[in-house]
Formats: sequence, C-alpha cells, structure tokens
Amino acid sequence: MPDAPGLELIRGEIERDFPGAVPATSYDRAQAALNVDPARVLDVLRWLKEQPGHRYDFLSSLHAADYLPNEPRFAVHYELINRDRVERIRVKAMLADPGNEELPEIDSCVELFPTADAQEREVFDFFGIVFRGHPNLTRILMPDDYVGWPQRRDFPVGGEPVTFTYSEERYG
Amino acid sequence: MAEATVDRDREIMTVNVGPHHPATHGVLRLVVDLEGEMVRELRPVIGYVHTGIEKSCEDKSYWKVIPFVERMDYVSYFFQMEAFCGAVERLIDLEIPLRARYLRTIFLELNRIHSHLVWLGTTALDLGAISMLWYCFRERDKILDLFEMATGQRMHTRYFQVGGVIEDIPVGFEAKCRAFAEEMPIRVGQYQDLLDRNEVFLSRTKGVGIVSRERLLELGVTGPLLRAAGDPWDLRKAFDYLAYPEMDFKIPVGTVGDNYDRYRVRVAEMVESASIVRQCLDALPEGPFIADDRKYVLPPRSELSTSMESLIHHFKLVTEGFRVDPGEVYYSIESPRGELGCFVLADGSAKPARVHFRDPSFVNLQAFREMAVGTYVADMIASLGMLDPILGGVDR
Repeated sequence: MPDAPGLELIRGEIERDFPGAVPATSYDRAQAALNVDPARVLDVLRWLKEQPGHRYDFLSSLHAADYLPNEPRFAVHYELINRDRVERIRVKAMLADPGNEELPEIDSCVELFPTADAQEREVFDFFGIVFRGHPNLTRILMPDDYVGWPQRRDFPVGGEPVTFTYSEERYG
Repeated sequence: MAEATVDRDREIMTVNVGPHHPATHGVLRLVVDLEGEMVRELRPVIGYVHTGIEKSCEDKSYWKVIPFVERMDYVSYFFQMEAFCGAVERLIDLEIPLRARYLRTIFLELNRIHSHLVWLGTTALDLGAISMLWYCFRERDKILDLFEMATGQRMHTRYFQVGGVIEDIPVGFEAKCRAFAEEMPIRVGQYQDLLDRNEVFLSRTKGVGIVSRERLLELGVTGPLLRAAGDPWDLRKAFDYLAYPEMDFKIPVGTVGDNYDRYRVRVAEMVESASIVRQCLDALPEGPFIADDRKYVLPPRSELSTSMESLIHHFKLVTEGFRVDPGEVYYSIESPRGELGCFVLADGSAKPARVHFRDPSFVNLQAFREMAVGTYVADMIASLGMLDPILGGVDR
C-alpha cells in the first residue's frame, strides 16, 4: 500500500500527464484509492500499468458497488497490485445513473487486462453497467433471458418469483 | 455427389459436456468443438449453481453473513470465513488476540490440506488411479474429525467470528492435531510413491496443458497454477496477515507449468502446510481466543446470568447486530486455489451494503480454454482436474 503522501504523489504524476483525470483520492482504513473520471479510466489504468517505477500491472479484482442513495450511484473498482513492491492500489470510477432505463457506460479494460473479461461480464450481469468495447458482453451467471439487475440496491431481496408452486397450490 | 467433397478428416463436431458429469468437478458445462479426438475450441458455461449468496448477504446482519459465505467454495470454508471476518475486522478496526491468530492459522492450513486432498483424490480418479481417492479421503476424514472435535461440525463450521474464534480448542485437540501433522508428510510420501513413478500418470500429465507464466499473469491466474509455472507469488508471504509472518515455510514452485508441475506443487504445499500447523502448535500463545470488545463480540455465556450489562450487550448483538461506520475494505488471502478477496461495503447500518468475493476459481477458469485447446479430450478432462475449480465458488 502506498501511504497517504505516496498516494498524493501518484495522483500528482498522473495529473501531469492527464489533467483532471483523478479528481480525488481517498486513504481510508490503510487502503489507498484513486477516484478517477470514468471517461479517463483507461488512461489512468494504462499509466499505472506501464509507467516505469510504478507498474501496477496485475489486476487482482474488478467489481462494482451500488452506493444508493448517494450520487453518483455506481462505482467500478479495480484492485491493482504492484508485484515488485508488493503494493496494492484501488482505482475507483464513479458512474451516475443516466435514468430512463438507460444503462451507465464505461470503457472496457479487457485489452489492458485480459483477466477482466469474466469479471466485467459479471458486473454487467448484476449491475447493468455496460463496458464499451468488451468482446462478448453477455450475462454470465444469471440465465441469458433474465430481466433486471439483481445486485442493484433497489432490486429487492426475494424479488424473484417462485417457479415451483406445486406445494403452494396443493397445501396452501 | 456432394458427400464426396466433404473432408471427413476435418469435420468439426460440437459436443456438450456436463453440466452434470463427475469429471466436471461440479456443475460446469463445457461446449467443445472436436476434430476427431482433438479439442479445437472450448467454451465453459457457468451459472448453474448461482444462488445469489452475495445478494442474500445484504439482507443479513454482519455476524449472520458468516455461514452464508462459507457455502460458496464448499471445500475451503475456513478461507471464506477468514476473508469475510478479516474484512469486517479491518472495517471496524478490531485487533484480534494473538491466540486467535494462531488458531485461525491452524485451521486454515488444515483446511488447505483438506482441499488439496479432495483435489488429489478426484483428479487422480479422473486419470484412472482409483485407489488414490480412498487414500486421500482417509486422511481427509482425519481432518474432518479434527474440525468436528474443535467446532462441532465437520463442514461449514462457523468457527471464525468477527474478533477471533467462537470457542477455544478442547482438551486433547492439540495432541491429536500434532499427531496428524506429524503423520501427514509420511502419507504424502506414500501418495508420491504411488504416482511419481506411475507410467500412466506420468504420460498423462507431463507436458500437458502448458500455459506460459506471462499469459497466466495476464489472465489473472493465482495460486498453485501460477506457482507451477515458476512464479513464487503467495499472499501468505507477500502480505502480513494472521500468524504467517512468524512461520517458517517455503513456497513450492514448478518449472514448465504443465499438469505434472501442478500436481507436484500442490503435493509439496501439503507438506509445508503440515509444517505450519506444527509450528503453530509449538508456539501457540496462551490468552483469550476472542477480542474483548463488547460492542462487537458476544459476552461469555457465564456472565449472562449475573451481569445485566452483559445481557444487554448479548441482546443487542443477537437481535440487531453491530453497526459499522460507512467505509469499504478489500481484504485478500491465499486460498488453496489462489487469491481469495472479499470486498465489503458498509453504509452505517447493521447489514453490509455489498459483499463481493473475488473467487479464485472464477478467475482461474478463464485459463482453461488455453490449457485444453489443441489437446485430446481426455487431456482436457485431466487439465480441468488440475485447474481445480470449485463451482460453488465460481457461481456463488
């Protein structure tokens, strides 16, 4: 983990190459995170992966979270590791809900990190976040014909109708 | 006739394997394009045992989540508990007592041996070595006996709690566990005698399913698969957690990264794990086994009939659970299959707003296509066994 000043240094270096790409950082519970502009997320990820002296080149996890009722509502998290220095950093892209049943969009990082393939499909499956440029963005764990985004906070637990109603009909 | 122009030798046939098949190690479906016996293209289809555990966790208070997450990867349940409890402890900044760290390490390493034994037994079975299954399950049963002795359950023990472990180990456990840890390396030697010079086993595994180390890293593969390709990456060494910094153990690595190396790495890991268990027992410190913070940890049962305050704490913890200040934590540990990460998002209530598991099987499965394409169908089955996916963890 870079410490809080180290995190600010990284942010400063990225901002020099891509002004405005990292609006904020957070250092909470000893975990360092860069809040990035979702439109520039690929630039930041590529910089972190390829910049000499940094090389956060292993994407250990990609996942999403729904911060309802906060705005912007969604976030895609990228957990990166620098395996030489044994340091972790989190890149967080906050995405607003466009409303009107439209889906939020962000660039896919499959080209940079092939491991993101299945994990981006999982995020799409559960949150309805579209990854632009993903080679095969389909549902992965839910059935192909499923409607809805089950991990969103406004999707109720137990909102799934029961398919097997034999006992219910017979015994009430 | 039109048939005369069809090249029978180049005919591609699409075959469906699974989802219910003993050789798929769970409910995994493979759509395989075959040219004769050769695999030309392969598509794993997952999601058959998706039960929405991550969603269900959002509806449970923190301490009730533990038995849920154990049931994801049902072979390495202690690791799921540690990933979740460790993440919550980091969220609430709760230090666990030294004895609890050692106890957790003991159970994690016993669980690692258990998981590798299940893998070795079933994978050797896929390769036709049926007797390995009985030998491996004999030792596995001894581990389950140990789990039962300490926790009351053979599987899904719910032993780890936020703050430590639920109960101290019983009298006699230490001796029994030590006897097992002494015996295990001898048993591993016996497995190696059965397999290492077995001509069928060698020709079925050597040089099969090679994926380069660089490609594995691109695909995010961790654990024994990556170490078999020669990369000594192990989170137990890389990051400090539990009692691992005080332990003296080696990281076995392979050279070529074929199925034989994968076998050798896991077998060597069992010996190292047994050694860690022995070291933990030797150095097991006295003291409390769970933190003393009444805000998060249940008070001892004996106090309930005498102390009003304890009764109130007990009541509050059991009915509502403890609240966690808003924040998010990603905590990852080395499971038998690689990096097992747990992401917990707290919104200030007594229930997590999001629990996500980065399951190693889910990520490692992406390497399967490259392991199997261009090999025979029979080798595809062997490679799948060597990949060691647990579909409960993949689908969650």
